[in-house]
Amino acid sequence: MAARWEHFEHQADIGVRGRGPTRESAFEQAALALTAVVADLSAVRPRELVTVHCMAPDDELLLCDWLNALVYEMAVRGMLFSRYSVSIDNGRLEGLAWGEPVDRPRHHPAVEVKGATLTALRVTHAAGEWLAECVVDV
Amino acid sequence: MDTSRFERLGECQWQVPASPPMRVPAVIYAGEALIRDMDGKVLEQLCNVAALPGIVGRACAMPDAHWGYGFPIGGVAAFDPADGGVVSAGGVGFDISCGVRMLRTGIRRDAVAAVAQRLAGVLYRAIPAGVGSTGAIRLGDDEMEAMLAGGARWAVERGWGEPADLERIEEGGCMAGAEPAQVSARARKRQQREMGTLGSGNHYLEVQHVTEVYDAAVAAGLGLARGDVVVSIHCGSRGLGHQIGTEYLREMVIAAPRYGIRLPDRELACAPIDSPAGQAYLGAMRAGINCALANRQILHHLTREAFAGVLPEARLDLLYDVSHNTCKSETHAIDGRHRNVFVHRKGATRAFGPGHPDLPAALREIGQPVIIGGSMGTASYVLIGTRESEALSWGSACHGAGRRMSRRQASRSWNGRQVVDELAARGIIVRSPSQRGVAEEAPGAYKDVSAVVESAERAGLARRVVRVEPLITIKG
Repeated sequence: MAARWEHFEHQADIGVRGRGPTRESAFEQAALALTAVVADLSAVRPRELVTVHCMAPDDELLLCDWLNALVYEMAVRGMLFSRYSVSIDNGRLEGLAWGEPVDRPRHHPAVEVKGATLTALRVTHAAGEWLAECVVDV
Repeated sequence: MDTSRFERLGECQWQVPASPPMRVPAVIYAGEALIRDMDGKVLEQLCNVAALPGIVGRACAMPDAHWGYGFPIGGVAAFDPADGGVVSAGGVGFDISCGVRMLRTGIRRDAVAAVAQRLAGVLYRAIPAGVGSTGAIRLGDDEMEAMLAGGARWAVERGWGEPADLERIEEGGCMAGAEPAQVSARARKRQQREMGTLGSGNHYLEVQHVTEVYDAAVAAGLGLARGDVVVSIHCGSRGLGHQIGTEYLREMVIAAPRYGIRLPDRELACAPIDSPAGQAYLGAMRAGINCALANRQILHHLTREAFAGVLPEARLDLLYDVSHNTCKSETHAIDGRHRNVFVHRKGATRAFGPGHPDLPAALREIGQPVIIGGSMGTASYVLIGTRESEALSWGSACHGAGRRMSRRQASRSWNGRQVVDELAARGIIVRSPSQRGVAEEAPGAYKDVSAVVESAERAGLARRVVRVEPLITIKG
């Protein structure tokens, strides 16, 4: 089952959804969906590596923390990311994000993400596929 | 939305009576067409809010309400700390104290028309807007602390504005009770490059002209007449507010069981007002309000400088500055008794009527200006608060048009270039770094702002004073 991402509808904002054969891959795909809210993923070169760490009492808050850690790194570094690698062990997430500084003429960024919300927040495992999703505030 | 669950209390007032676990009724103020067009999630969320501890009176939704995070956007609810009342980070939202500031220019439409392209260019260069834009102001630790405590007052003291501006801002430009110590290092760092920036999404700076006057006496009292040019600035507390919202929402989710609060949905995360978690959030949130007030003050100053180079005769006096994402401690009459309650307004504007003691002296006889931002191709409105709104909605009214369509649908339905060209053909200049951003904010993606304000007026929440339409839009 191939890992993939998509957006889903929310009236004021937008939902990010990642699917994959593992929880880690679903989290990586949700992060790709997050970047795609801002800009075209194919325009973002994975040139610089940023690492993030989070810890949460359950998978759903961990997804929220992971996306919010990326929102924070995007904001303070002025970067966009297009490649992610996640490992999760006992509620602790180690994430790698590769990207580059925002280049407005090339990336045409549409909107900044204020934060990942608890709305429509779900991390599930069914029929061999993990799903990780929530609405992000833009 | 299916209206069968409602009792219709008036032309624009729909109520769902309280039934367990609701502690108070849920009331939506809207005309029939607007309520039928509303997402059913609004009522679901409003009923959840009506079940929170310590809620008093009624949980309200404004005519522009739509599906939000826990609270509906356009939601208003008051909580009594003496009755175990709560404060909710989701009930304020991520963009703490997002709001609109309107400036009177003292010039007429014709004067702008002659220099519109040049003015648009100068404003676009002066106002940092959109993803990746940064402000010229960098705050060291001490100045960040002073800004969080002082708000627009701090900005004016540092030279970004005039003392008279402060009289026309809610709270006199400085939110009391801010506790900078409750604002994390990460929130401060996120603000480092964002002081004096507009942001993106539905944030904008617009040069507008008055196209219709509904109440000539009040308009004159506000210094507005048909053909006058005004400037509206819509933005909030930028990265700092977003980070405060993110961190405290999480903290409240984890803390809620400790306080015996059972949440129907995690997104309603809240803490008792009188708890350490509740007090910490209130201190941080008030500092976030100050950040938003300071940010709009700096943008006002940058706008003044930009105008001075093109239209030196323009004054850019502040008409009023409203915040529509807040939680404020206010005194309201409940069952004939004055009680101190914490009023959450998530996507709702305070709309105090004439004579309210919290209004500045210059506006006390008129009432609070309620500035309603529409979409970029349509119109915005100035309304005036009513005494009736006190009993209806804790002195609150709507805040904008409200989205009709998601961003995704909008960007599939319109092309940014096409939107810019169509608006140009109607005499509206749009400057934005992002074509997709323009498409996502296309006028057709929003509800009819005129229907929203008419509903607010018919419900008694606020009365229309003037309608303004855009000449120049700077979009993030």
